[in-house]
Amino acid sequence: MTDQENSNLQPDDPETTGHSWDGIQEFNNPLPRWWLWCLYASIVWAVLYTVAYPAWPMISGATPGLLGYSTRAEVAEEIDRYDALNADLRTQLTEVNLAEVTQEAMPDLYNFSIQSGGATFATWCSQCHGRGANGVQASGYPSLLDDDWLWGGTVDDIHLTIAHGIRNEEDPDARWSEMTAFEGILSDEEISQVVNYVLAVSDQEADTSLAAAGETVFLDNCAACHGDDAMGDRYLGAPNLTDRIWLYGGSPEAIEETVRHSRFGVMPPWSGRLSEAEVRATAIYVHSRGGGE
Amino acid sequence: MSSSDAPPKLYAAQEPIFPKKVKGTFRNLKWVIMFVTLGIYYITPWIRWDRGPSLPDQAVLVDLAGRRFFFFWIEIWPHEFYFVAGLLIMAGLGLFLFTSALGRVWCGYTCPQTVWTDLFYTVERWIEGDRNARLRLWKSKWDFRKWRLRITKWIVWLLIAVATGGAWVFYFADAPTLLWDLLTGQAAFVAYATVGVLTATTFLFGGFAREQICIYACPWPRIQAAMMDEHSLTVAYRDWRGEDRGKGKDREGLGDCIDCNACVNVCPMGIDIRDGQQMECITCALCIDACDEIMDKTGRERGLIDYLALTDEANERAGNPKVPVMRHILRPRTLIYTALWSLIGVGLVVALFIRSEIGLTVAPIRNPQYVILSDGSIRNTYDIRIRNMTQGDAVFRIGLTSDEILRVDLEGGQDLMVDVPADETLLQRVYVIARPDDPAATADRTELRFWVEEFGTNERAYQSQSFIGQGTQ
Ligand code: SF4
Ligand code: SF4
Repeated sequence: MTDQENSNLQPDDPETTGHSWDGIQEFNNPLPRWWLWCLYASIVWAVLYTVAYPAWPMISGATPGLLGYSTRAEVAEEIDRYDALNADLRTQLTEVNLAEVTQEAMPDLYNFSIQSGGATFATWCSQCHGRGANGVQASGYPSLLDDDWLWGGTVDDIHLTIAHGIRNEEDPDARWSEMTAFEGILSDEEISQVVNYVLAVSDQEADTSLAAAGETVFLDNCAACHGDDAMGDRYLGAPNLTDRIWLYGGSPEAIEETVRHSRFGVMPPWSGRLSEAEVRATAIYVHSRGGGE
Repeated sequence: MSSSDAPPKLYAAQEPIFPKKVKGTFRNLKWVIMFVTLGIYYITPWIRWDRGPSLPDQAVLVDLAGRRFFFFWIEIWPHEFYFVAGLLIMAGLGLFLFTSALGRVWCGYTCPQTVWTDLFYTVERWIEGDRNARLRLWKSKWDFRKWRLRITKWIVWLLIAVATGGAWVFYFADAPTLLWDLLTGQAAFVAYATVGVLTATTFLFGGFAREQICIYACPWPRIQAAMMDEHSLTVAYRDWRGEDRGKGKDREGLGDCIDCNACVNVCPMGIDIRDGQQMECITCALCIDACDEIMDKTGRERGLIDYLALTDEANERAGNPKVPVMRHILRPRTLIYTALWSLIGVGLVVALFIRSEIGLTVAPIRNPQYVILSDGSIRNTYDIRIRNMTQGDAVFRIGLTSDEILRVDLEGGQDLMVDVPADETLLQRVYVIARPDDPAATADRTELRFWVEEFGTNERAYQSQSFIGQGTQ
């Protein structure tokens, strides 16, 4: 504070507030009173708002508010509304022959299935098969996008797989097969021969003499399931060993691991947990992702 | 230090303002602008425009649900939003241009707040009389006559306010249908809410808040002040000519100002322009009209209050001749703004004429980046979006150009032809496959180009994309 008066004050200037610091003074330009009333009104509004709507945090949840407003309830209402709108499509979907649901023949049902099946897939299937349905290669979660199917790739095959799962004990209708673990049954030498044979039939680098010997081992032990031509058997879920797609990896080490200890991929059944319409929509969705047969 | 002992007041009551009716050049200009702007605002949604079946026949329509903007023969799609961005930039530059040349002309003549307040003052004057009558009414008791006048005024204001809010919603839906729906109670809630909010704000801002909005609520005065310089024209008082002001016949030692307060009485902002430039002044120039009338009566030269630049003051005080108005307006700064403004305008017009009627966007699906098929082929997936902006159904052929050998498949196993109805968009999933011996299958990334061609015409659209192969990693 100084006692110095500001000599720059003009006769027309408004009054000052009386504050002065280093010769700098503050004009008093009063705020309009209605502005103050607007502030009071906003405060009243804020209080009323917290009474009317959910606001104050409590130990378990918040005060509900007198108007009973709830975003959850609104969402539930919206869901019910759309469920009601889609009820016809859902009934139709459970009755129709799945193979007939195509973009051209039944565009409404097809688009509904792609959308709702996509949502179901994202919720329940993506944990194993990936958000993009590409699986986790070499870890036993098959890609659903490619053209190779262990148990069949028609929409009805896919539907059966989703409904009952694979090799689970919860569902008696689950697809079932079990590969023998050959460690102890085959000698180490025979194992290395058959591994090289599998490498050879899948067009990979292999030791030719071992592979030649491996053919006999294969025909005696493996061909019963994988076929004489190693092309697999969909009835048993036995993979085709001649293509480029490997569920558990196609390296010599991975193949040897499979021969010695076998593999046993399990998928849960969904028909109890999801409605039939959801299972069917999901089958159509999976079928549409580029691999459907 | 302040000498009074009482603490200064922090809040002030609103001072009512009773602007007097005025005649003159600028008042006429304001009438014309009010007529034209309000006319455009109210009438535009009712203009019809035949676009053929299945398209709206309203000349100007913002179709939010269909995500289209119709403006006479022009139809803007969402991906062409740069037109709107361009217009906004032009509006910005236009404001720079006008403000640097003529100060707050926007505020004084075209701002909706000014236009509607002016309209409300006109109604007030028509019902309650001019300044003196209104002042008397203000002070008088709340008797029957006062109530009658006030209520009549409020009703007319309310009608104007409803019409204002009402006109706005017509830009977003077919006007005749919406009007009928609004009247019969069938319109959407949002339509009523919009009309309601705009009615309330028009009524309150135009009827009661008036100059308070300009002074306290609006950010423009501050921003505009930053766009002006010492050459910008604003309304000012030639105090070197007017002072010392004084009443009376004997003008000995007095300036041209007869201290009649005509300029103060007409000011809608309630200020005295003779105190110098003030932030409240919206440069509406009504005080110029008022003073010019007085100057005519007293036989002095007009322009005691005038559009002046800061540079004029020093210049005229020194006794130099007046600088012509055009010299203030045409100077490098305004010319540069004009050039930029025109450049963008020309660019938009050119863009409007060369834009294609078909559009293509290709979005690669990168989860996963590629899929290995059983024969070792590599497959990439793309979602392509074809926009048919013509007004007839069209058949498009989808194709691919690449130096490498690649194959295209559409989802659902269709051939490469797709139908897209008029004014619609088609989303089609497309697979591109590289055989194991194609270079693209082993390369990291291969450039390719999608195109669509409209069957029967030669209209084509392209988009470049890349194909992800197994790469080197
Ligand atoms: S001082 Fe003059 S120009 Fe400024 S707002 Fe008042 S009447 Fe309009
Ligand atoms: S109208 Fe002109 S003459 Fe009258 S007080 Fe204002 S400046 Fe002076």
